[in-house]
Parts: sequence; C-alpha cells; structure tokens
Amino acid sequence: MPVQGYMYPNEVELAWGILVVLYPFITGLVAGAFILASLERVFRVEAVKPTYRLALLTALAFLLVAPLPLQFHLGHPERSLEMYLTPHRSSAMAMFGYVYLWYLMAVLVLEIWLDYRRDIVLLSQRTKGLARLFYRILTLGSTNISENALRIDERVGYIITVVGIPSAFLLHGYVGFIFGSVKANPWWSSPMMPVVFLFSAMVSGIAAVLLVYMVSSWYRKRAIDMRCVDTVARYMFYTFLIDFSLEMLDLVHRIYEADESFRSLDFMVHTRLYLSQVVIQIYLGTLAPIALLALTQVLKLSEIARKRIYAAAASLTLIGIFAMRWNVVIGGQLFSKSFLGYTTYKIGFVAKEGLLTAIILTLLPFAILWVLVKLLPPWPDGEAPPVASAAHGDD
Amino acid sequence: MNRFKDAEHLLRVVAVFAVGILIFVVLRAFLVPRSFGEYGHYRGNAITEMAGQPLAFAGNESCETCHTDVVAVKTGGKHAGVHCEACHGALGKHADDPGTVQPPKLDTAVLCVRCHGVNGARPKDFPQVVAAEHSAGLSCETCHQPHNPMKGLGAKP
Amino acid sequence: MKITRRQLLILLPATAVAWDSILAGTPETSPNYKLTEHWWGMLVDISKCIGCGNCVRACSTENDVPEGYFRTWVERYHVSDYDLADPVVDSPDGGMNGFPPIPERGGKNFFVPKMCNHCADSPCTQVCPVGATFITPDGVVLVDKKYCIGCRYCIQACPYGCRFLNPKTQTAEKCTLCYHRITKGLTTACCEACPTGARQLADLKNPNDPIHAFLRTHTVQVLKPYMATGAKLFYNDLDGSVR
Repeated sequence: MPVQGYMYPNEVELAWGILVVLYPFITGLVAGAFILASLERVFRVEAVKPTYRLALLTALAFLLVAPLPLQFHLGHPERSLEMYLTPHRSSAMAMFGYVYLWYLMAVLVLEIWLDYRRDIVLLSQRTKGLARLFYRILTLGSTNISENALRIDERVGYIITVVGIPSAFLLHGYVGFIFGSVKANPWWSSPMMPVVFLFSAMVSGIAAVLLVYMVSSWYRKRAIDMRCVDTVARYMFYTFLIDFSLEMLDLVHRIYEADESFRSLDFMVHTRLYLSQVVIQIYLGTLAPIALLALTQVLKLSEIARKRIYAAAASLTLIGIFAMRWNVVIGGQLFSKSFLGYTTYKIGFVAKEGLLTAIILTLLPFAILWVLVKLLPPWPDGEAPPVASAAHGDD
Repeated sequence: MNRFKDAEHLLRVVAVFAVGILIFVVLRAFLVPRSFGEYGHYRGNAITEMAGQPLAFAGNESCETCHTDVVAVKTGGKHAGVHCEACHGALGKHADDPGTVQPPKLDTAVLCVRCHGVNGARPKDFPQVVAAEHSAGLSCETCHQPHNPMKGLGAKP
Repeated sequence: MKITRRQLLILLPATAVAWDSILAGTPETSPNYKLTEHWWGMLVDISKCIGCGNCVRACSTENDVPEGYFRTWVERYHVSDYDLADPVVDSPDGGMNGFPPIPERGGKNFFVPKMCNHCADSPCTQVCPVGATFITPDGVVLVDKKYCIGCRYCIQACPYGCRFLNPKTQTAEKCTLCYHRITKGLTTACCEACPTGARQLADLKNPNDPIHAFLRTHTVQVLKPYMATGAKLFYNDLDGSVR
C-alpha cells in the first residue's frame, strides 16, 4: 500500500530518489580508490603497487561521472553554476562545487599527470595523427623528462597525495555531513554520519579497484599478483571491521536511547526497509564478505580459492555499500516526520530520475575507464606477452 | 638555473590554473545578479517580485466599501466577524470591475453544512447540526438569513 | 534602514504591475511599506478551528498551488486517553474539502491547521546551497523561484513538512505568508477566509497588534520547540499529542 498511517501531505512523494543514492556511492568509490592508491605512495605499502595507476584511473573515471546524477536530479540544472557564483556558506551542499573542482583538478588530474608525464611525453613522440595531437596537448608543451625533472615530479606527486588524502575525506565526508546535519530527520541526524560514510566509502573503493584489477587481469590473460591482492583484501577486511563496528555502534545507541523516533524507525526497519537493510546490507553485504575475508585471514587457502573468495567478497561488498546508501537516503524519507506513518518510493524506469538513468550512469564510468586505460595504460607488466600457465589457473 | 629548467613544466601547470581562475573571476562579475546581497545572501529583487504577485481575494475592507447594506445586516449578528469572501470565495476580480464580473451564486446546501455540519472534532460550543434532522430537507435560508443567521429567531428548536 | 531612491525605482514599476489588480480602498500601498518596521508571524487558535477547510482552498486559489501539494493543510486529531504518543491523525486531501463526519469515538478530537512557521532561525534557509531561499528583513521566509536550482535540500531540512517541489516550476515552494498581500496592508488569504478567526496574522513588531496581549494572557506553544527553529507560528490550546 502506498501510505500507511499518517504522513504530512507534502511528505508522501519522496524528494530524493535513486540518483541521490547513486551520487554518494560514486564519490565513495572515488575516495576509496584514491586512499588505496595513497597506501602505496604515502604509506609505502609496496605490495599494492600493481594497482596504483589503475586505482587513480578508476577514481578519475568515477569522478568524471559523479556530477551527472546530480544534474539529472536538479529541477534546474542550467542554474547549477550558481553554486560557484553564490555559494551559501552555511550550507554543506554549497561546498560541492569547489571541493569537487579542487579534488578533480588540484589533486587527481595533477597527480595522474605527474605520474604519467614520462609516458605522455614518450607517447607524444611515438604516435601519429590525432593521438599525437592529444598527447602533445597533455604535455603542456614541456618535454623535459630528465632524471632531475622526474625526481621533482615524484616529490611534488608525493605532496599532492598527502594533500589528497584529507581532500578525499572532504570530498566524501561532506556528503555524510549533508545528511548528518539535518536535525529534522532522526534517521540522518548524527555526528557519526560523515565517519560511517567515509569508512564505507573506503571499503567500496578498495573493493572496486580489487575487482577491476582482477577482471582486467583475466581479460588481458595476465597473471594476478597474489601478494598484491592478498594485501588489498587485507586492507579491505580491516576497513570493513571498522565500518561495521561504527554502524553497530549507531544501531545499539539508537536502540538503547529509544528516543521519540525509535518506535517509528524500528517499525520501518522491520517492514518496508527489511529487505534492503537487514537482508541485503547487513547479511549479504556486510556479514557475508567479512566472514569470507576472515576465512582467508585465518585459514591457509589455495590461490584459486583466495581469488574466488576475493571476487565474491568484493562483489557483495559493492552491493552492500550501495544498499547502505539506499537505506540512508530512501529510508530517511519512507517514514513521516510526525512518526505516525510510512510511504513508498515509486521509481520510474524510463524517466529523468528513473532506474534506467541510474543503470546507465553506473555503467558509464566503466566505459570511461576503458577509454582511459587505452589512452594512459596503467599496466605494471607493460607490453610483456601473456603468461599462460596451468599452475596459475586463471579464472 | 638547472633546477628551474627541470621544474619548468610545473610552472606551466600553475599558469593553466591561474588562467582558469582569472576567467572564473571575470565571469562571476557578469553572472551574479546585480541585486544579490542587498539584504542578505539572496537576490534583493526577489522581495519586490514576490510582493508584486496578483491578488485573488479582495479583502473584507474593500467589500465593505460598496456593500454597506450588508455590513448593516451583519452588525451585531453571529456572522459579524465572518469575512465576506469566506463564503463568497475570492472576489478580487469583482472588486476590480464590479459591473462586469458577477460573483457566483452560492449553494447553501453545501456551503452552510461545510461549517455547521456535525463533526466530532469541532469545538463543543460551536453550533453544529445534522442537516437532515435539523431542517427536514428544507434549505437553510428558509429560516436563516446567511448574513445574520439568528436574526428574528427565538430559542433553539 | 531607509528605502533608497534606487529601491524605490525598483519598487515603483513592480507596484505599477500590481496596481492592475489592486482594488479600490486598499489601505496601504507598496512604496510606503518599510521592511524594517515589521516582523511577521501568525496565531492559530485550536479552540476555534472547525476544520471547514476554507483556508486550504483560499490559499490554493490565491497562490495557484498545484493539485496534490499543500502550502497549508489541516489535520484532525483523535487522542483516546492519556496516551499522547499515539494520536490518530488524518488529513483527507489536506482538509481541502473539509472533513467527512465520523462516528462518535470519544476521547479528545480537534483540528490543527499547519503551514510554514516562518522560523527566525530556519533550518531550511541554512541549507540552501545557492541562496534561493531566505528570510526577509520583515521576517517572512520566501523562495526565489528564479534562482532555485531544485535540489530539494530545503524540503528535507524542514522539520514541519511544509515544503514541496512545484512540479511545474521545478523549484521549491511553500507558504509565503501571502507576502504580496501583507505588504499592502491586507491579511493573508487563509486568514481572510477563516470564518471563526482561528487564524490571525500577527505583526510582532507592531506594539498595537492584539497578538501581544494574547500572548500575555494565553497558553501558547510552537511546534517542535526542541528543534530551536525560532518558529513564529503560535498555537493557542495546542495539545501535547500534536506532532
């Protein structure tokens, strides 16, 4: 049934739909992928180096798509420039324009450029035609790839990564604050919100890069660096434990304090939100991957078993983190602020804010990533011939 | 000198950023509406634009200017405080052009019952009746003058 | 703050446009209206509301409110006994066509008109990313529909559920306290149409406004006071069960 109990008349229709769910999911992937990349660059975790460039390109592909769900959601996207012209400083959302631009240009694009500069210069000399023009523009007119210049690049890149870590936190953390600072909505209002968003973002970003690395290795018929994926999976496991603890803390606190909103929210979680919250987010999307990853940490498993578990865990994680965003955004609007009723989310398929739009926008970053890896190959094993070996048993 | 040569590409990056920022600053000067910030972080002109919205309701005072006879009937009665348009609907157009625009005729069967039909949530001291029992199907104006409903009527039936 | 010549130059053409609809005998005209001399609020007297729905219809007529959305609405409450936490509430079509009579159910029953509270510390203006919604110097929270980008953050931030997205203009919308009327010395459409005087416009800065005497002599409340929104919609006789 559409409305159960009493909703304020203007609350019946949800104001924020699937596209507003998609946006934090995408920026979360960006932040998480970047943190993974910074593990190597700043924290010198050498084992994850094979994923370094791939993580950066993945972050860029998703970051380029990130504003699109918002543009489709806005009533007047043609006025969105107003966020740059007259940002309202008391609004967390007003930060978006500048934080996004800062992160895109001053962190991600700059870091990618510095890391790839040698390759760009070489490619600008080796290619012909349109590609040559493209690479020449990217060089910004400088072809200096002497040792000294590259050392300077390395140094500056390091600084940018260091600056990039809090920037990535800000890029995704402010979204958590957008929800966490709404006192009108007890499902959202919490100081934990930015922290929970951030940790779940890191988990999803790491999972995404892990999957992209494994899938691309399989596609290119290259061996997977097991030391790399073992380390990445370990970080995913630790981060997930922290994320899960934070979410459980929020839940236990809510149940214990049982304030005015509790009965209404509790009922919602047990009925309208049961499938997406309990089944998909908690069982399938959190407990299952944590259990799977725990197995790999505790038992000594064969390579093929570990690969299968990592792939399964990463996939479930991505579903689970998407479900978390769904439960926050949609869940926060399914109950009435009078605490007396519930409504339903009606989603169209072929509509401006419909399911089809969401699906296309989710697939688009992968298409962009495909183009990026063609333009700026991130593969650590370069052009080496494929390693075909029965012992590796590629999946 | 050597160090500069090796860092020269970074200066190119800085230059690109500087140009970008400059373009933005110039663009901003043109694009921000003139009245923005006049009273606060919003377009000052919005206030006057909103104040200029057309009126649908005329307002009691303007009705009373012409219909002094009705005012006389209402005075001292139970409906003295009821504004004209509460029953007659929005009459801005009529007040603008009284000759041409005639207010619609009212159906007391619907109108009176809307306020005076029995409803458990109404204040207990508010006059409410079950229309069928109260007037046995007769229309309300049979006994009640809408502008002074208790005029000429004695105790409750 | 005095009105400058420049402001007058903007106000006068706007007034000229409005003049076409301004009627004979209008008490005050726009150019004489000084923003800093007013601080608007409203008083709703629950003991007088009869749930006729006049206000909802009047607002809809005056402000061209799209169907299915409400700048104001009326709720009917039923509180059975001492359980204030479980009232039975309904608002059929926002109360637009009154309320169907219900069989006697005992307990406490009453109507509660709702609308924008024109909060002095409004959370909705705080969250607007571009400055499209704001509080005027005379205390009315408005939406600039030429500037609103339709992000709906303000709709989420309002604790009272009084905002909605207008499907035609694709901008946020809500009660404007009939700003176009009160700046001309008229009252709001809902107050104009209310037959019992349950709704009364109040100018909190006007020492002669009867609201001051009323507030001193009656038990009044605002909705959700713990939200600290500085709500300027005062209710007389508001029951503890009201959400």
